[in-house]
Amino acid sequence: MNNDKLIIGGHEFQSRFILGSGKYSMKLIEAAVKDAGAEIITLAVRRANTKEHENILDYIPEGITLLPNTSGARNAEEAVRIARLARELGCGNFVKIEIMRDSKYLLPDNVETVKATEILANEGFVVMPYMYPDLNTARDLVNAGAASVMPLASPIGSNKGLATKEFIQILIDEIDLPIIVDAGIGRPSQACEAMEMGAAAIMANTALATAGDLPMMASAFKQAIEAGRRAYLSGLGRVLTRGASASDPLTGFLRD
Amino acid sequence: MVKVNGEAKDIAGKSIAEYLATTSYDMRRIATELNGEIVPKAVYADTVLADGDSMEIVSFVGGG
Repeated sequence: MNNDKLIIGGHEFQSRFILGSGKYSMKLIEAAVKDAGAEIITLAVRRANTKEHENILDYIPEGITLLPNTSGARNAEEAVRIARLARELGCGNFVKIEIMRDSKYLLPDNVETVKATEILANEGFVVMPYMYPDLNTARDLVNAGAASVMPLASPIGSNKGLATKEFIQILIDEIDLPIIVDAGIGRPSQACEAMEMGAAAIMANTALATAGDLPMMASAFKQAIEAGRRAYLSGLGRVLTRGASASDPLTGFLRD
Repeated sequence: MVKVNGEAKDIAGKSIAEYLATTSYDMRRIATELNGEIVPKAVYADTVLADGDSMEIVSFVGGG
């Protein structure tokens, strides 16, 4: 297990849990990162506020890789603009592309996401596109230079779990990049299931932000993700289509 | 007038560095864009704001 690393754009990570930082107190970030065992944390870019002197960067522990998202972008052009500003903020060249035209379901625009991926990959970004799980789009993202593919499990913030399970499995089976399940994972058991399927990592935010005890839920996710990964690496036991298979010897019964 | 994060300000003629000196932005934590182009920190002092310019000043916030 120690040699089992997540590799994104040539960077190695031990942890397979990408943590969001939205919708909860900055004061909880350090505990969340620690209890999640996370090495990557997502951020958003917004107009700076002079009145609020607290900055989220002051709360993120040293050595954590920052993954800015392009939330707020409605097309490729806006996503590219936000990504460039994020890089100018001086915290590395990772970017999670997030492009939404739809404000009700917050579904990603796959076509614009491919366009933005190509532009930003050519500019040297480590591009991690959030997408609706579609094999053709995933192949286009590979060709565009993506470093991973991040399919949604269910609508952002819904905590509904693996609604797109069958289609994520196709991506895992066919795409030769880390498939990181992003959005909609609400419970550790769902994260575990995605990892058992062969997902490379899990990204979660709302599941933690809306939990009763955020750091405790972070540790529950950590354990579930590790358990799922171990199960995947070990190879799951087979499922019978019919009938049963005894676990006990079929000889030496106390009868006759 | 110069628009800063959507708000009109009477700062035409000042450099970005001069304007920022009058504010309480944390210089280590911001990036700026002038008329859609990123302005590297190294040229804040040499970049003079003109009437009708639009500047964005951004920073990181929590997000998923």
